[in-house]
Amino acid sequence: MNLLLEISNGVLAITAVVTGAVLVFAALLIARLISPKSFSVKKSEPYECGIPTRGQSMIQFKAGYYIFAILFLIFDVETVFLYPWAVKMNALGPSGLLCIGIFMFILIVGLAYAWRKGALKWT
Amino acid sequence: MFNFGIWTSEFNNWLLGLGIADWLVVLIECVIIAVLVLGTYTVLALFYILYERKLCAWFQCRLGPMRVGKWGVMQVFADMFKILVKELICLKNTDRFLFKLAPYLVIISSVTMLACLPWGRGLQIIDYNIGIFFILAVSSVGVLGILLAGWASNNKYTLIGAMRSGAQMISYEISLGLAIITIVVFAGTMNITELVWAQEKTWFIFRGHIPAIIAFLIYVVAATAETNRGPFDLPEAEHELTAGYHTEYSGIHFGFFYLAEYLNLFIVSGIASLMFLGGWMPLHIPGWGGFNAVMDYIPSVVWFLGKAFFISYVIIWFKWTFPRVRIDQMLAFEWKYLMPLSLANLLLMAVFVALGWHF
Repeated sequence: MNLLLEISNGVLAITAVVTGAVLVFAALLIARLISPKSFSVKKSEPYECGIPTRGQSMIQFKAGYYIFAILFLIFDVETVFLYPWAVKMNALGPSGLLCIGIFMFILIVGLAYAWRKGALKWT
Repeated sequence: MFNFGIWTSEFNNWLLGLGIADWLVVLIECVIIAVLVLGTYTVLALFYILYERKLCAWFQCRLGPMRVGKWGVMQVFADMFKILVKELICLKNTDRFLFKLAPYLVIISSVTMLACLPWGRGLQIIDYNIGIFFILAVSSVGVLGILLAGWASNNKYTLIGAMRSGAQMISYEISLGLAIITIVVFAGTMNITELVWAQEKTWFIFRGHIPAIIAFLIYVVAATAETNRGPFDLPEAEHELTAGYHTEYSGIHFGFFYLAEYLNLFIVSGIASLMFLGGWMPLHIPGWGGFNAVMDYIPSVVWFLGKAFFISYVIIWFKWTFPRVRIDQMLAFEWKYLMPLSLANLLLMAVFVALGWHF
Protein backbone atom coordinates (compact mmCIF):
# COMPACT_ATOMS: atom_id res chain seq x y z
CA MET A 1 0.00 0.00 0.00
CA ASN A 2 1.50 3.27 -1.03
CA LEU A 3 -0.89 5.83 0.39
CA LEU A 4 -0.47 4.26 3.86
CA LEU A 5 -4.22 4.40 4.40
CA GLU A 6 -4.94 0.74 5.24
CA ILE A 7 -7.45 0.41 2.40
CA SER A 8 -7.19 -2.68 0.22
CA ASN A 9 -6.37 -2.27 -3.46
CA GLY A 10 -9.67 -3.81 -4.48
CA VAL A 11 -11.63 -1.12 -2.63
CA LEU A 12 -9.44 1.57 -4.21
CA ALA A 13 -9.93 0.13 -7.70
CA ILE A 14 -13.70 0.07 -7.14
CA THR A 15 -13.46 3.69 -5.92
CA ALA A 16 -11.69 4.67 -9.13
CA VAL A 17 -14.30 2.92 -11.29
CA VAL A 18 -17.16 4.54 -9.34
CA THR A 19 -15.41 7.93 -9.63
CA GLY A 20 -15.32 7.62 -13.41
CA ALA A 21 -18.98 6.59 -13.55
CA VAL A 22 -19.97 9.45 -11.24
CA LEU A 23 -18.06 11.95 -13.39
CA VAL A 24 -19.96 10.88 -16.51
CA PHE A 25 -23.30 10.65 -14.72
CA ALA A 26 -22.99 14.03 -12.96
CA ALA A 27 -21.85 15.86 -16.09
CA LEU A 28 -24.72 14.32 -18.09
CA LEU A 29 -27.18 15.33 -15.36
CA ILE A 30 -25.96 18.94 -15.39
CA ALA A 31 -26.07 19.00 -19.19
CA ARG A 32 -29.65 17.65 -19.15
CA LEU A 33 -30.69 20.39 -16.73
CA ILE A 34 -29.15 23.38 -18.50
CA SER A 35 -29.06 22.41 -22.17
CA PRO A 36 -31.87 23.34 -24.55
CA LYS A 37 -34.12 20.69 -26.05
CA SER A 38 -35.79 20.73 -29.42
CA PHE A 39 -36.82 18.07 -31.87
CA SER A 40 -36.89 17.95 -35.63
CA VAL A 41 -36.85 15.04 -38.05
CA LYS A 42 -33.90 16.40 -40.01
CA LYS A 43 -31.78 16.74 -36.88
CA SER A 44 -32.09 13.07 -36.02
CA GLU A 45 -30.73 11.98 -39.39
CA PRO A 46 -27.17 10.57 -39.36
CA TYR A 47 -24.55 13.01 -40.63
CA GLU A 48 -23.04 11.56 -43.77
CA CYS A 49 -21.79 14.64 -45.63
CA GLY A 50 -25.28 16.02 -46.10
CA ILE A 51 -26.34 13.22 -48.43
CA PRO A 52 -29.44 11.27 -47.27
CA THR A 53 -28.25 8.00 -45.80
CA ARG A 54 -29.05 4.84 -47.77
CA GLY A 55 -29.98 1.55 -46.16
CA GLN A 56 -28.80 0.12 -42.88
CA SER A 57 -25.62 1.34 -41.24
CA MET A 58 -24.92 -1.68 -39.02
CA ILE A 59 -23.76 -3.68 -42.00
CA GLN A 60 -21.14 -6.17 -43.05
CA PHE A 61 -17.80 -4.52 -43.57
CA LYS A 62 -14.26 -5.27 -44.62
CA ALA A 63 -13.05 -8.67 -43.46
CA GLY A 64 -9.45 -7.41 -43.24
CA TYR A 65 -10.13 -6.00 -39.79
CA TYR A 66 -11.06 -9.48 -38.52
CA ILE A 67 -7.80 -11.01 -39.74
CA PHE A 68 -5.85 -8.44 -37.74
CA ALA A 69 -8.11 -9.03 -34.75
CA ILE A 70 -7.39 -12.79 -34.89
CA LEU A 71 -3.63 -12.16 -35.21
CA PHE A 72 -3.87 -9.74 -32.30
CA LEU A 73 -5.57 -12.39 -30.18
CA ILE A 74 -2.68 -14.83 -30.72
CA PHE A 75 0.03 -12.30 -29.92
CA ASP A 76 -1.82 -10.74 -27.04
CA VAL A 77 -2.16 -14.11 -25.35
CA GLU A 78 1.55 -14.59 -26.01
CA THR A 79 2.23 -11.30 -24.22
CA VAL A 80 0.15 -12.49 -21.26
CA PHE A 81 2.24 -15.68 -21.10
CA LEU A 82 5.46 -13.67 -21.25
CA TYR A 83 4.69 -11.58 -18.15
CA PRO A 84 5.14 -14.36 -15.53
CA TRP A 85 8.40 -15.40 -17.17
CA ALA A 86 9.55 -11.77 -17.28
CA VAL A 87 9.09 -11.38 -13.54
CA LYS A 88 10.87 -14.63 -12.66
CA MET A 89 13.48 -14.41 -15.42
CA ASN A 90 16.51 -14.44 -13.10
CA ALA A 91 15.19 -17.27 -10.94
CA LEU A 92 14.44 -19.48 -13.96
CA GLY A 93 17.90 -19.00 -15.41
CA PRO A 94 19.21 -20.28 -18.77
CA SER A 95 16.66 -23.12 -19.07
CA GLY A 96 13.81 -20.61 -18.75
CA LEU A 97 15.44 -18.43 -21.40
CA LEU A 98 15.75 -21.43 -23.71
CA CYS A 99 12.10 -22.41 -23.19
CA ILE A 100 10.82 -18.89 -23.84
CA GLY A 101 13.09 -18.73 -26.89
CA ILE A 102 11.43 -21.87 -28.29
CA PHE A 103 7.97 -20.47 -27.41
CA MET A 104 8.71 -17.22 -29.21
CA PHE A 105 10.27 -19.07 -32.16
CA ILE A 106 7.02 -21.02 -32.69
CA LEU A 107 5.05 -17.75 -32.64
CA ILE A 108 7.45 -16.03 -35.02
CA VAL A 109 7.08 -18.99 -37.41
CA GLY A 110 3.32 -18.44 -37.14
CA LEU A 111 3.75 -14.77 -37.96
CA ALA A 112 5.99 -15.63 -40.89
CA TYR A 113 3.33 -18.07 -42.16
CA ALA A 114 0.62 -15.40 -41.89
CA TRP A 115 2.90 -12.93 -43.65
CA ARG A 116 3.68 -15.42 -46.45
CA LYS A 117 -0.02 -16.22 -46.90
CA GLY A 118 -0.68 -12.50 -47.39
CA ALA A 119 -2.71 -11.98 -44.21
CA LEU A 120 -0.75 -8.83 -43.44
CA LYS A 121 -1.49 -7.34 -46.85
CA TRP A 122 -4.25 -4.74 -46.87
CA THR A 123 -6.24 -5.13 -50.07
CA MET B 1 12.68 13.51 -0.79
CA PHE B 2 9.53 14.46 1.04
CA ASN B 3 7.28 11.47 1.63
CA PHE B 4 3.61 12.37 1.14
CA GLY B 5 2.77 9.13 2.92
CA ILE B 6 3.52 10.95 6.21
CA TRP B 7 0.54 13.24 5.63
CA THR B 8 -1.81 10.47 4.60
CA SER B 9 -0.88 8.15 7.48
CA GLU B 10 -1.15 11.07 9.91
CA PHE B 11 -4.60 11.85 8.56
CA ASN B 12 -5.56 8.18 8.80
CA ASN B 13 -4.43 8.00 12.43
CA TRP B 14 -6.35 11.18 13.22
CA LEU B 15 -9.53 9.76 11.69
CA LEU B 16 -9.11 6.46 13.55
CA GLY B 17 -8.51 8.39 16.75
CA LEU B 18 -11.92 10.05 16.50
CA GLY B 19 -13.51 6.76 17.51
CA ILE B 20 -15.76 6.24 14.48
CA ALA B 21 -16.40 2.85 12.91
CA ASP B 22 -13.68 1.40 10.70
CA TRP B 23 -15.88 1.10 7.61
CA LEU B 24 -16.84 4.76 7.99
CA VAL B 25 -13.15 5.74 8.05
CA VAL B 26 -12.58 3.78 4.84
CA LEU B 27 -15.64 5.39 3.28
CA ILE B 28 -14.52 8.93 4.19
CA GLU B 29 -11.05 8.28 2.84
CA CYS B 30 -12.43 6.78 -0.37
CA VAL B 31 -14.67 9.84 -0.90
CA ILE B 32 -11.68 12.18 -0.37
CA ILE B 33 -9.61 10.14 -2.83
CA ALA B 34 -12.45 10.21 -5.35
CA VAL B 35 -12.78 14.00 -5.09
CA LEU B 36 -9.03 14.47 -5.48
CA VAL B 37 -8.91 12.13 -8.49
CA LEU B 38 -11.84 13.94 -10.11
CA GLY B 39 -10.19 17.31 -9.54
CA THR B 40 -6.86 16.12 -10.94
CA TYR B 41 -8.59 14.53 -13.91
CA THR B 42 -10.45 17.67 -14.93
CA VAL B 43 -7.58 20.08 -14.29
CA LEU B 44 -5.14 17.88 -16.22
CA ALA B 45 -7.51 17.45 -19.15
CA LEU B 46 -8.12 21.21 -19.35
CA PHE B 47 -4.39 21.87 -19.05
CA TYR B 48 -3.65 19.39 -21.82
CA ILE B 49 -6.19 20.92 -24.20
CA LEU B 50 -4.52 24.31 -23.76
CA TYR B 51 -1.04 22.73 -23.94
CA GLU B 52 -1.78 21.07 -27.28
CA ARG B 53 -3.48 24.14 -28.75
CA LYS B 54 -0.64 26.43 -27.74
CA LEU B 55 2.06 24.02 -28.89
CA CYS B 56 0.44 23.38 -32.26
CA ALA B 57 0.09 27.12 -32.73
CA TRP B 58 3.76 27.67 -31.95
CA PHE B 59 4.84 24.88 -34.30
CA GLN B 60 2.93 26.65 -37.05
CA CYS B 61 4.21 30.15 -36.14
CA ARG B 62 0.82 31.24 -34.79
CA LEU B 63 -0.14 32.55 -31.36
CA GLY B 64 -2.98 30.16 -30.56
CA PRO B 65 -5.88 31.20 -28.33
CA MET B 66 -5.13 34.71 -26.99
CA ARG B 67 -8.45 36.47 -26.43
CA VAL B 68 -10.05 34.84 -23.39
CA GLY B 69 -8.01 35.59 -20.27
CA LYS B 70 -4.28 36.19 -20.12
CA TRP B 71 -2.63 34.32 -23.06
CA GLY B 72 -5.95 32.58 -23.67
CA VAL B 73 -5.77 30.57 -20.45
CA MET B 74 -9.52 30.82 -19.89
CA GLN B 75 -10.30 29.60 -23.40
CA VAL B 76 -10.51 25.95 -22.32
CA PHE B 77 -12.92 26.79 -19.51
CA ALA B 78 -15.09 28.72 -21.94
CA ASP B 79 -15.00 25.81 -24.39
CA MET B 80 -15.89 23.26 -21.73
CA PHE B 81 -18.79 25.42 -20.50
CA LYS B 82 -20.02 25.81 -24.07
CA ILE B 83 -19.90 22.05 -24.56
CA LEU B 84 -21.85 21.60 -21.33
CA VAL B 85 -24.76 23.79 -22.45
CA LYS B 86 -25.08 22.21 -25.90
CA GLU B 87 -28.06 20.02 -26.65
CA LEU B 88 -27.63 16.26 -26.33
CA ILE B 89 -28.88 14.68 -29.54
CA CYS B 90 -29.64 10.99 -29.85
CA LEU B 91 -30.30 10.06 -33.46
CA LYS B 92 -33.03 7.78 -34.68
CA ASN B 93 -32.15 4.11 -35.12
CA THR B 94 -29.17 4.33 -32.77
CA ASP B 95 -28.65 1.60 -30.24
CA ARG B 96 -29.44 3.88 -27.31
CA PHE B 97 -28.07 1.66 -24.54
CA LEU B 98 -24.69 1.10 -26.22
CA PHE B 99 -24.59 4.73 -27.38
CA LYS B 100 -24.85 5.91 -23.77
CA LEU B 101 -22.63 3.17 -22.37
CA ALA B 102 -19.62 4.02 -24.58
CA PRO B 103 -18.57 7.29 -22.80
CA TYR B 104 -18.76 5.49 -19.45
CA LEU B 105 -16.28 2.83 -20.59
CA VAL B 106 -13.88 5.37 -22.07
CA ILE B 107 -13.89 7.64 -19.00
CA ILE B 108 -13.78 4.81 -16.44
CA SER B 109 -10.76 3.23 -18.10
CA SER B 110 -8.82 6.51 -18.13
CA VAL B 111 -9.74 7.41 -14.53
CA THR B 112 -8.65 3.98 -13.29
CA MET B 113 -5.34 4.24 -15.14
CA LEU B 114 -4.81 7.71 -13.68
CA ALA B 115 -5.26 6.26 -10.19
CA CYS B 116 -2.48 3.70 -10.82
CA LEU B 117 0.23 6.21 -11.74
CA PRO B 118 2.95 7.09 -9.20
CA TRP B 119 2.44 10.81 -8.72
CA GLY B 120 5.13 11.26 -6.14
CA ARG B 121 6.67 9.63 -3.13
CA GLY B 122 3.74 8.17 -1.20
CA LEU B 123 1.28 9.54 -3.73
CA GLN B 124 -0.07 6.52 -5.53
CA ILE B 125 -3.58 5.25 -5.11
CA ILE B 126 -3.95 1.75 -6.55
CA ASP B 127 -0.79 -0.28 -5.96
CA TYR B 128 -1.28 -3.89 -7.05
CA ASN B 129 1.70 -6.21 -7.17
CA ILE B 130 0.86 -6.62 -10.89
CA GLY B 131 0.51 -2.84 -11.27
CA ILE B 132 1.79 -2.29 -14.81
CA PHE B 133 -0.13 -5.32 -16.10
CA PHE B 134 -3.28 -3.95 -14.48
CA ILE B 135 -2.79 -0.62 -16.28
CA LEU B 136 -2.45 -2.40 -19.64
CA ALA B 137 -5.54 -4.52 -18.93
CA VAL B 138 -7.61 -1.45 -18.04
CA SER B 139 -6.39 0.41 -21.13
CA SER B 140 -7.96 -2.31 -23.30
CA VAL B 141 -11.41 -1.39 -21.94
CA GLY B 142 -11.08 2.02 -23.58
CA VAL B 143 -10.84 0.37 -27.02
CA LEU B 144 -14.14 -1.36 -26.29
CA GLY B 145 -15.77 2.00 -25.58
CA ILE B 146 -14.54 3.41 -28.89
CA LEU B 147 -15.78 0.37 -30.84
CA LEU B 148 -19.18 0.59 -29.13
CA ALA B 149 -19.41 4.31 -29.86
CA GLY B 150 -18.79 3.77 -33.56
CA TRP B 151 -21.09 0.77 -33.86
CA ALA B 152 -24.00 2.21 -31.89
CA SER B 153 -24.08 5.54 -33.76
CA ASN B 154 -25.77 4.06 -36.82
CA ASN B 155 -23.57 5.97 -39.22
CA LYS B 156 -21.26 4.44 -41.80
CA TYR B 157 -18.46 6.92 -41.13
CA THR B 158 -18.44 6.27 -37.41
CA LEU B 159 -18.42 2.53 -38.07
CA ILE B 160 -15.38 2.81 -40.34
CA GLY B 161 -13.70 5.19 -37.87
CA ALA B 162 -14.30 2.80 -34.99
CA MET B 163 -13.04 -0.21 -36.95
CA ARG B 164 -9.88 1.63 -37.95
CA SER B 165 -9.40 2.80 -34.42
CA GLY B 166 -9.92 -0.71 -33.07
CA ALA B 167 -7.52 -2.29 -35.59
CA GLN B 168 -4.90 0.35 -34.85
CA MET B 169 -5.17 0.23 -31.08
CA ILE B 170 -5.12 -3.54 -30.78
CA SER B 171 -2.21 -3.82 -33.22
CA TYR B 172 -0.03 -1.30 -31.45
CA GLU B 173 -1.00 -2.65 -28.04
CA ILE B 174 1.25 -5.64 -28.76
CA SER B 175 4.35 -3.53 -29.33
CA LEU B 176 3.44 -1.42 -26.32
CA GLY B 177 3.12 -4.53 -24.15
CA LEU B 178 6.38 -6.02 -25.45
CA ALA B 179 8.27 -2.77 -24.80
CA ILE B 180 6.95 -2.82 -21.23
CA ILE B 181 7.85 -6.53 -20.82
CA THR B 182 11.41 -5.64 -21.86
CA ILE B 183 11.63 -3.42 -18.80
CA VAL B 184 9.83 -5.95 -16.60
CA VAL B 185 12.48 -8.52 -17.57
CA PHE B 186 15.12 -6.04 -16.50
CA ALA B 187 13.46 -5.00 -13.24
CA GLY B 188 12.05 -8.41 -12.31
CA THR B 189 8.88 -6.90 -10.88
CA MET B 190 5.55 -5.51 -12.02
CA ASN B 191 4.80 -3.55 -8.84
CA ILE B 192 4.88 0.17 -9.64
CA THR B 193 6.44 1.18 -6.31
CA GLU B 194 9.23 -1.35 -6.74
CA LEU B 195 9.73 -0.28 -10.36
CA VAL B 196 10.27 3.30 -9.22
CA TRP B 197 12.58 2.34 -6.35
CA ALA B 198 14.65 0.12 -8.66
CA GLN B 199 15.56 3.32 -10.55
CA GLU B 200 16.97 5.08 -7.50
CA LYS B 201 20.59 4.94 -8.69
CA THR B 202 19.89 5.72 -12.34
CA TRP B 203 16.88 5.45 -14.60
CA PHE B 204 16.15 2.26 -16.53
CA ILE B 205 16.86 3.93 -19.88
CA PHE B 206 20.48 4.47 -18.73
CA ARG B 207 20.84 1.26 -16.72
CA GLY B 208 19.59 -0.97 -19.55
CA HIS B 209 21.40 1.06 -22.25
CA ILE B 210 20.93 -0.40 -25.81
CA PRO B 211 17.82 -2.62 -25.36
CA ALA B 212 16.20 -0.10 -23.01
CA ILE B 213 16.69 2.75 -25.47
CA ILE B 214 15.26 0.64 -28.32
CA ALA B 215 12.32 -0.28 -26.08
CA PHE B 216 11.79 3.39 -25.26
CA LEU B 217 11.68 4.35 -28.94
CA ILE B 218 9.27 1.48 -29.68
CA TYR B 219 7.15 2.54 -26.72
CA VAL B 220 6.90 6.17 -27.87
CA VAL B 221 5.88 5.16 -31.40
CA ALA B 222 3.35 2.61 -30.13
CA ALA B 223 1.98 5.09 -27.59
CA THR B 224 1.47 7.69 -30.33
CA ALA B 225 -0.57 5.15 -32.27
CA GLU B 226 -2.36 3.91 -29.16
CA THR B 227 -3.71 7.37 -28.39
CA ASN B 228 -4.83 7.85 -32.03
CA ARG B 229 -2.53 10.79 -32.48
CA GLY B 230 0.20 12.14 -34.62
CA PRO B 231 0.82 10.54 -37.97
CA PHE B 232 -1.50 7.71 -36.88
CA ASP B 233 -4.70 9.73 -36.48
CA LEU B 234 -6.55 7.76 -39.16
CA PRO B 235 -9.67 7.18 -37.04
CA GLU B 236 -10.21 10.93 -37.07
CA ALA B 237 -9.07 11.68 -40.61
CA GLU B 238 -11.27 14.74 -41.09
CA HIS B 239 -11.34 14.78 -44.87
CA GLU B 240 -12.42 11.14 -45.08
CA LEU B 241 -14.50 10.40 -42.01
CA THR B 242 -15.83 13.74 -40.68
CA ALA B 243 -14.69 13.16 -37.09
CA GLY B 244 -14.30 9.41 -36.84
CA TYR B 245 -16.05 7.37 -34.17
CA HIS B 246 -17.52 10.36 -32.27
CA THR B 247 -19.15 12.10 -35.24
CA GLU B 248 -22.67 11.58 -33.92
CA TYR B 249 -21.96 12.55 -30.32
CA SER B 250 -22.97 16.05 -29.36
CA GLY B 251 -22.52 18.31 -26.36
CA ILE B 252 -20.94 16.81 -23.27
CA HIS B 253 -21.18 13.31 -24.77
CA PHE B 254 -18.54 14.44 -27.25
CA GLY B 255 -16.72 16.21 -24.43
CA PHE B 256 -16.12 12.88 -22.68
CA PHE B 257 -14.27 11.45 -25.66
CA TYR B 258 -12.34 14.68 -25.96
CA LEU B 259 -11.33 14.62 -22.28
CA ALA B 260 -10.41 10.93 -22.39
CA GLU B 261 -8.27 11.46 -25.48
CA TYR B 262 -6.15 14.10 -23.75
CA LEU B 263 -6.01 12.16 -20.52
CA ASN B 264 -4.82 9.10 -22.41
CA LEU B 265 -2.02 11.23 -23.82
CA PHE B 266 -1.01 12.11 -20.27
CA ILE B 267 -1.33 8.50 -19.12
CA VAL B 268 0.88 7.02 -21.85
CA SER B 269 3.44 9.74 -21.10
CA GLY B 270 3.16 8.92 -17.40
CA ILE B 271 3.75 5.22 -18.07
CA ALA B 272 6.75 6.09 -20.26
CA SER B 273 8.21 8.19 -17.47
CA LEU B 274 7.50 5.40 -14.97
CA MET B 275 9.01 2.59 -17.04
CA PHE B 276 11.97 4.37 -18.62
CA LEU B 277 12.64 7.71 -16.96
CA GLY B 278 12.31 6.78 -13.31
CA GLY B 279 8.74 7.82 -12.44
CA TRP B 280 8.99 10.41 -9.68
CA MET B 281 12.64 9.51 -8.99
CA PRO B 282 15.06 12.44 -9.48
CA LEU B 283 17.97 12.24 -11.88
CA HIS B 284 20.77 10.51 -9.99
CA ILE B 285 24.26 9.94 -11.32
CA PRO B 286 26.23 7.34 -9.33
CA GLY B 287 29.24 8.91 -7.63
CA TRP B 288 28.03 12.50 -7.94
CA GLY B 289 26.90 12.93 -4.33
CA GLY B 290 26.47 16.71 -4.41
CA PHE B 291 24.55 16.69 -7.68
CA ASN B 292 22.21 13.96 -6.39
CA ALA B 293 21.56 15.89 -3.18
CA VAL B 294 20.62 19.00 -5.18
CA MET B 295 18.29 16.96 -7.40
CA ASP B 296 16.62 15.55 -4.28
CA TYR B 297 15.46 19.04 -3.32
CA ILE B 298 13.11 19.21 -6.30
CA PRO B 299 9.77 17.69 -5.17
CA SER B 300 8.86 14.28 -6.55
CA VAL B 301 5.57 15.52 -8.05
CA VAL B 302 7.47 18.07 -10.12
CA TRP B 303 9.76 15.35 -11.44
CA PHE B 304 6.89 13.09 -12.44
CA LEU B 305 4.83 15.83 -14.08
CA GLY B 306 7.88 17.32 -15.78
CA LYS B 307 8.82 14.02 -17.41
CA ALA B 308 5.24 13.30 -18.42
CA PHE B 309 4.81 16.76 -19.95
CA PHE B 310 8.10 16.40 -21.79
CA ILE B 311 7.06 13.10 -23.40
CA SER B 312 3.65 14.59 -24.26
CA TYR B 313 5.51 17.47 -25.88
CA VAL B 314 7.41 15.02 -28.07
CA ILE B 315 4.21 13.19 -29.03
CA ILE B 316 2.47 16.49 -29.91
CA TRP B 317 5.56 17.46 -31.89
CA PHE B 318 5.17 14.25 -33.93
CA LYS B 319 1.60 15.17 -34.73
CA TRP B 320 2.50 18.53 -36.22
CA THR B 321 5.60 17.29 -38.04
CA PHE B 322 4.72 14.07 -39.86
CA PRO B 323 2.00 13.70 -42.51
CA ARG B 324 -0.76 11.17 -41.87
CA VAL B 325 -0.05 7.61 -43.00
CA ARG B 326 -2.46 5.31 -44.86
CA ILE B 327 -4.10 2.42 -43.05
CA ASP B 328 -2.17 -0.24 -44.96
CA GLN B 329 1.11 1.54 -44.24
CA MET B 330 0.19 1.82 -40.59
CA LEU B 331 -0.72 -1.86 -40.15
CA ALA B 332 2.27 -3.01 -42.18
CA PHE B 333 4.56 -0.85 -40.06
CA GLU B 334 3.31 -2.49 -36.89
CA TRP B 335 3.16 -6.11 -38.00
CA LYS B 336 6.17 -6.23 -40.33
CA TYR B 337 8.63 -3.95 -38.56
CA LEU B 338 7.71 -2.84 -35.07
CA MET B 339 6.51 -6.14 -33.64
CA PRO B 340 9.38 -8.38 -34.90
CA LEU B 341 11.77 -5.66 -33.72
CA SER B 342 10.21 -5.56 -30.25
CA LEU B 343 10.30 -9.38 -29.99
CA ALA B 344 13.99 -9.38 -30.96
CA ASN B 345 14.62 -6.55 -28.52
CA LEU B 346 12.96 -8.54 -25.73
CA LEU B 347 15.28 -11.50 -26.38
CA LEU B 348 18.25 -9.12 -26.53
CA MET B 349 17.29 -7.70 -23.15
CA ALA B 350 16.86 -11.22 -21.72
CA VAL B 351 20.37 -12.13 -22.90
CA PHE B 352 21.80 -8.87 -21.51
CA VAL B 353 20.19 -9.51 -18.13
CA ALA B 354 21.29 -13.17 -18.09
CA LEU B 355 24.89 -12.19 -18.85
CA GLY B 356 24.83 -9.16 -16.57
CA TRP B 357 25.69 -6.65 -19.30
CA HIS B 358 23.98 -3.74 -17.63
CA PHE B 359 24.68 -1.12 -15.00
